Amino acid sequence: MKLFRGSTGGGTEATPSQAAQKLVRRSSSLGELARVWQTETPLCVLDLGSTSASNIRFFTERSHKIYSEDLLVASTDPNLATKDEQGNRILDSRRFLADNLVYPAAHFDVVLCWNLPDYLDESLVRPVMGRLWSVLKPGGMMLAFFHTKDAGPDSPCYRFHIVGKDTLEMQPIVLRRETRRGPTGAVHTAVSEGFRLQRVFNNRHIETLFRDFASIKFFLARDNVREVLVVR
Amino acid sequence: MSAPLSADLAQIGKSVVIKGELSGSEDLYVDGQVEGSISLKNNSLTVGPHGQVKASVEAKGLIVQGKLEGNILASDRVDLRKSAVVTGDISTQRIAIEEGAYLKGKIDIQGGKAEKAVGK
Repeated sequence: MKLFRGSTGGGTEATPSQAAQKLVRRSSSLGELARVWQTETPLCVLDLGSTSASNIRFFTERSHKIYSEDLLVASTDPNLATKDEQGNRILDSRRFLADNLVYPAAHFDVVLCWNLPDYLDESLVRPVMGRLWSVLKPGGMMLAFFHTKDAGPDSPCYRFHIVGKDTLEMQPIVLRRETRRGPTGAVHTAVSEGFRLQRVFNNRHIETLFRDFASIKFFLARDNVREVLVVR
Repeated sequence: MSAPLSADLAQIGKSVVIKGELSGSEDLYVDGQVEGSISLKNNSLTVGPHGQVKASVEAKGLIVQGKLEGNILASDRVDLRKSAVVTGDISTQRIAIEEGAYLKGKIDIQGGKAEKAVGK
């Protein structure tokens, strides 16, 4: 596994023009998933990317129920920081899973992971995948995107908007500067650091990550991204 | 952007903290802290940019610019502005979400279609 965690520097701040830039790409795995949501039966869909009005509209127009939970933002909670036995900084996965992905077992028909595994802190990846397995129904499907080895550490993290049955609009997630007045009247400025690519999984790592799932299907794309569709 | 204020709008200012049940028959603008429940069945609630609401909300319409934690039942529509941070399930007829809004929860559109999102 190629790790990028050693690369520091706080991330490249996207300019407003980058923020406005939206890329449209075809997604074969999404096209395959489209067969699932053409059903008349209402489905339960979990979207783990940034809150997307397009995705909410896409599913609710088809009478499906959609849950939105931005796990990358949730993982930035400073209260999660702790240290392992060797004194290395990690995130407390138990605490994370106590506050996030709290659903009954076998609740969802579809989980949209997008590029979450590539950007999630190392200490959370396996626990999160384990929880996702348990909240998926048997036969339920999960979509995830992985960068190939040609992707650099500055590969932007995107928010994904479904705009067609096999078409996505990708928008780089920009840093957000927030200024608020605190209870004492003092002005506080919070600057989000953005998200950096943490690692690159090869095919074997991806298979290991999803070893508890019944099947896994790879879709190779031209833009240094491997699309993966797994079935519980 | 601040919500337009009118004479028929009750306001809870930035420094006000309320714990308990809030109900009424006029529109309400909350820029302070409310904890408990809010019921405005035929009126609208606006959570201002400084508002921090930890309550179940029942209203005709809801605009969120600040933080709201609790389940939402809106008989007409929900607007989540770009600075909104909402944790809870939403049940409404129409919803509009600005780019940048944060939502953690279920969206259930009752008896209608999801409206074209604002500022996508």
